[in-house]
Amino acid sequence: MRKSSLFLIYIAINIIFFFLIFAHASYRRNADMQLVAKNMEMARKLELTDLCLFTEASYIRHLSQADVHTPFQDYPMSVEHFPSGSLLGPPPTIKKINAKLD
Amino acid sequence: MRSWIERQRNIIDFTLCSLLRRKGKNVLLMLVYTLVVFVLASVMFFTHAIRKEASMVLKEAPEMVVQRLVAGRHELIPLSYIDEIKQIRGVSFVKGRLWGYYYDPVTGANYTLIVAADDQLSPGRITVGQGVSRARLVVEGDTMEFRAHDGAIIELEIGKTISSESELISSDLILISDDDFRRLFGTPRSCATDIVVGVRNPKEIPTVALKIAQLLPDTRQILRDEISRTYDAVFNWRGGIMILIFSGALLAFIIFAWDKASGLGPEERREIGILKAIGWETSDVILMKLWEGMIVSLSSFSLAVILAYLHVFFFSARVFAPVLKGWAVLYPEFKLVPFVDASQVVALFFLSVVPYTVATIIPAWRAATVDPDSIMR
Repeated sequence: MRKSSLFLIYIAINIIFFFLIFAHASYRRNADMQLVAKNMEMARKLELTDLCLFTEASYIRHLSQADVHTPFQDYPMSVEHFPSGSLLGPPPTIKKINAKLD
Repeated sequence: MRSWIERQRNIIDFTLCSLLRRKGKNVLLMLVYTLVVFVLASVMFFTHAIRKEASMVLKEAPEMVVQRLVAGRHELIPLSYIDEIKQIRGVSFVKGRLWGYYYDPVTGANYTLIVAADDQLSPGRITVGQGVSRARLVVEGDTMEFRAHDGAIIELEIGKTISSESELISSDLILISDDDFRRLFGTPRSCATDIVVGVRNPKEIPTVALKIAQLLPDTRQILRDEISRTYDAVFNWRGGIMILIFSGALLAFIIFAWDKASGLGPEERREIGILKAIGWETSDVILMKLWEGMIVSLSSFSLAVILAYLHVFFFSARVFAPVLKGWAVLYPEFKLVPFVDASQVVALFFLSVVPYTVATIIPAWRAATVDPDSIMR
């Protein structure tokens, strides 16, 4: 078989897989919507405010409820000490400008 | 048309033979290329799916949470505040919420204890999340011991475990009765952890929040909108230390790929010279180099994206697990709903395939326009 045929077959298989990715994603989304609805119901019933992504510390467990600069509350020179902290961007409230100073 | 296709196939045949002559170097390049795109695509899939799921689930979060702050820290809130908030026009309901953390010295895990307002448990019984069940090796019918605020040991029976399907929100939860919660933490009957406020007209939420802030200056208000925005910022793949570290690897790859693609070696220059000498046009040489770039980048890109999808949605992002788990003893085991953003895949394509392919053409064009005799010497 010609090398170009092998390459074109490889690319064709990948393209088919690409379409399968989107088809699978669409199928799973439809199938999992019930589960998402169940989680929404639980969040409503239990009045939950956060996802359970990290459980290392309170400010990481309940991100939306954490105080601004929480790690620094432990002592003034304290830096972030949990690995998951490195994954998070700064909370949007930090960037909020209350008033222009000049 | 048929002759055009045949011409392209002949060039691809020749290009593949040329690539195979430098097998080691090209295979290594493709491996690094695939790995870099795989990590980038995995991060993109993971962060998009988690943010999308968070935005949907947290649509049902409380409209407004009112917390009392004392000396900059979250403090218990007196239930008398409820009556004051109720007087504000537009408020539909106000109720106290009881929740807190319990550090379990047996496992070293932190649990979240919640008193479920709508589903009051009978005293002495609890409902636990799957993470708690795994960490403590307990099932329905077992008892768990807790050390109360005064040092007393409280034994609570597990009535139910929460379904593993909802681990993303409930893995570390322990649902407990009002009486047991107060006994465990010594929370006075006159206080709650915070207050949940419902507002009739969603447009009035900021106004109501402002009125509460004026009425009760020692409180802060967290709106549902802010909660959603927090999760928009979470796992932002353009921020955080992770992308900073990864950008180092990415830059190294760019230098490697640029060097490989743009700097033609003497062997490659000689090859172009010979091709020109035997009658190849400059356009043919450029076409060959275009195919070379396409073969390397397209093959690596497509394989990397497929592997990234499998990694995130079939194998629960195992590569990221050590970073995501961090120091946590209790970690939720969840499968993400595959929310895939096609525009992100397209952006990744244009950031990886196109620059590499273009980078291969320019030096080839330069070499192909020089006299073959001078190249071969």
